[in-house]
Amino acid sequence: MPPMDAAALLQVLFGGLGTGAIYGLVGLGFSLIYRATGAVNFAQGEWVMLAGMATAAGHMAGFATGLAGAASLLLVVAVGVASYLLAVQRLRDASPLLITMVSIGIAIFTKGAIMVTLGKNPTGYPGPLGDAVLRIAGAAIPAQSLIVLAACAGFIFALQVFFARSRTGLALRAAAADRDAAALVGVPVQRMVMLSFGLAAAAGAVAGLVITPLTLIDYNQGTMLGFKGFSAAMLGGMGHPLGAVAGGLLLGTLEGLAGYAISSRFKEAVAFLLLLAVLFLRPSGLFGKRKAERV
Amino acid sequence: MSGLPHPAWLGLVFVALLAWPFLSPNDYVTLLGVGFLVNVGLVVGLNLVAGYCGQVSLCHATFFGLGAYASGVLAARYGWDPMAGLPAAVALASLGAVIIGIPALRLHGHYLAMATLGFSAIMTVMFNELVSLTGGPNGLLGVPGFVRDFGHPVDMPLGQYLVAWCYAGLCMLIALRLLASRTGRTMRAITFSELAAGGLGVDTARVKIAIFVLAAAMAGAGGWVYVHVNQFASPETFGFLRSVLLLTAVAIGGWGRFWGPLPGALVLTMTPEVLGRFHDFEMLIFGGALVLVLLAYPGGLAALGAALRGRLRRARA
Repeated sequence: MPPMDAAALLQVLFGGLGTGAIYGLVGLGFSLIYRATGAVNFAQGEWVMLAGMATAAGHMAGFATGLAGAASLLLVVAVGVASYLLAVQRLRDASPLLITMVSIGIAIFTKGAIMVTLGKNPTGYPGPLGDAVLRIAGAAIPAQSLIVLAACAGFIFALQVFFARSRTGLALRAAAADRDAAALVGVPVQRMVMLSFGLAAAAGAVAGLVITPLTLIDYNQGTMLGFKGFSAAMLGGMGHPLGAVAGGLLLGTLEGLAGYAISSRFKEAVAFLLLLAVLFLRPSGLFGKRKAERV
Repeated sequence: MSGLPHPAWLGLVFVALLAWPFLSPNDYVTLLGVGFLVNVGLVVGLNLVAGYCGQVSLCHATFFGLGAYASGVLAARYGWDPMAGLPAAVALASLGAVIIGIPALRLHGHYLAMATLGFSAIMTVMFNELVSLTGGPNGLLGVPGFVRDFGHPVDMPLGQYLVAWCYAGLCMLIALRLLASRTGRTMRAITFSELAAGGLGVDTARVKIAIFVLAAAMAGAGGWVYVHVNQFASPETFGFLRSVLLLTAVAIGGWGRFWGPLPGALVLTMTPEVLGRFHDFEMLIFGGALVLVLLAYPGGLAALGAALRGRLRRARA
């Protein structure tokens, strides 16, 4: 174990928070679709990858990175909505199990499609601040990680305002709370589910757009980002969007610390081990309400 | 819910499968049959968990890998006889299932998906990083083939085929006996309504855990067959993607259909062969096929077969 010096620890913590914010955003996407359908959407991580890969492709083709990023965001939202309209909505018996299985199909299809069209090599693009590094109390922190935190905070804030203030946000919450009751008072439930897919895809896309300048991206990375997002959502309590964000921040920080204190080779294993331990001891997640659901 | 066949039908199918090594033109084609039979055993187990009990397990390939590494490491590093490795393979895979299954299956919802995903990720790290045992990413080398016996080397393709044939046949027989038993009826009751089954006094968690462990034991035995046939094991064979492809094979063959694993395993085994140098398209095809089957034909290929048989019967009448 390396000596614990304050600057290194600060650096690890900051890195962990940045990664954790990404996990939180992806987890937010899981939570949104879970609330709307009761299913786990395994395509969520692939949407993160798609946003990064599409933007990188646009950047390589000579478009301005901002423009490519905006176009990719729209593309991913369109893919999310299309996944609902073309697949999920057309299921005959749309049980959560079946929707989960369909999402696994969509996930490997997306991954395969990106591999075949954009290749297997890692790719990326520079962030708006380039490779600038901030020095805070001896710790070196990439400026892009501030953008990551800002983007995540911004998206979550906007989403909260949307849920709290707009009529559509209210309708969406109503549809999530009780489908049948919401339909009775005139909420277009199907449209609300579609909107949830769009919002979840947007959350994934934002995560992909801001993380790619830091880590690069390839067709295979979406799966692991998806796992981590799912973990964040479960850690925070599935179906609680803010819980997912808190779960993500916690998971990212723990992972960073585990990599620093124990071993970076076993980092992934330590993170998942902690996660399973937490879930088995407290199944409703750290922030979820305990429900008496054992039958 | 489709009915179960008479055990004689299962016997007939497996007697027919016995012809394969004698019809096949070369060792390569015989070994494709071995791969198919191993996949059959894996898909049979996963079909019990996912198809009949309605539980999404995402680490079936991990159990397969635990079995393969258990017997492979004991044989390659410690000189164990491959036959002695079978109980070790089954035991290690079952132990993994007990550790993951007991806490996860007592809860409802997505805990099994999360727990199996986590277990898969943890074990992938272990297979890669415990280099002194597993050989790490380069793979485990020097695994011996099945013992030579009866004066004949059993590690010829024919002998390997026979081992795999016994394995797949036994898995299907166990599944048939299980589904026809009281436990089988309980499993169907759980899929229909876990709440109602619980209300009638069925210990649903216990049934789910037992089936999960049984499926893992089958996968562990499959790993034992695999590692001594290929005489090699490498982490990517047992990763998350493989687990997902196995789940896809369950769906394509027919979710909760007894005969489903045969067409499911056939598609799983043959697709990479048919694609050849276009093997990059494998994920695209499996993903698309999974979505299409679930949308258009949730009963899978097994239901398609049953429907064709019914039509034939009506046409004859």
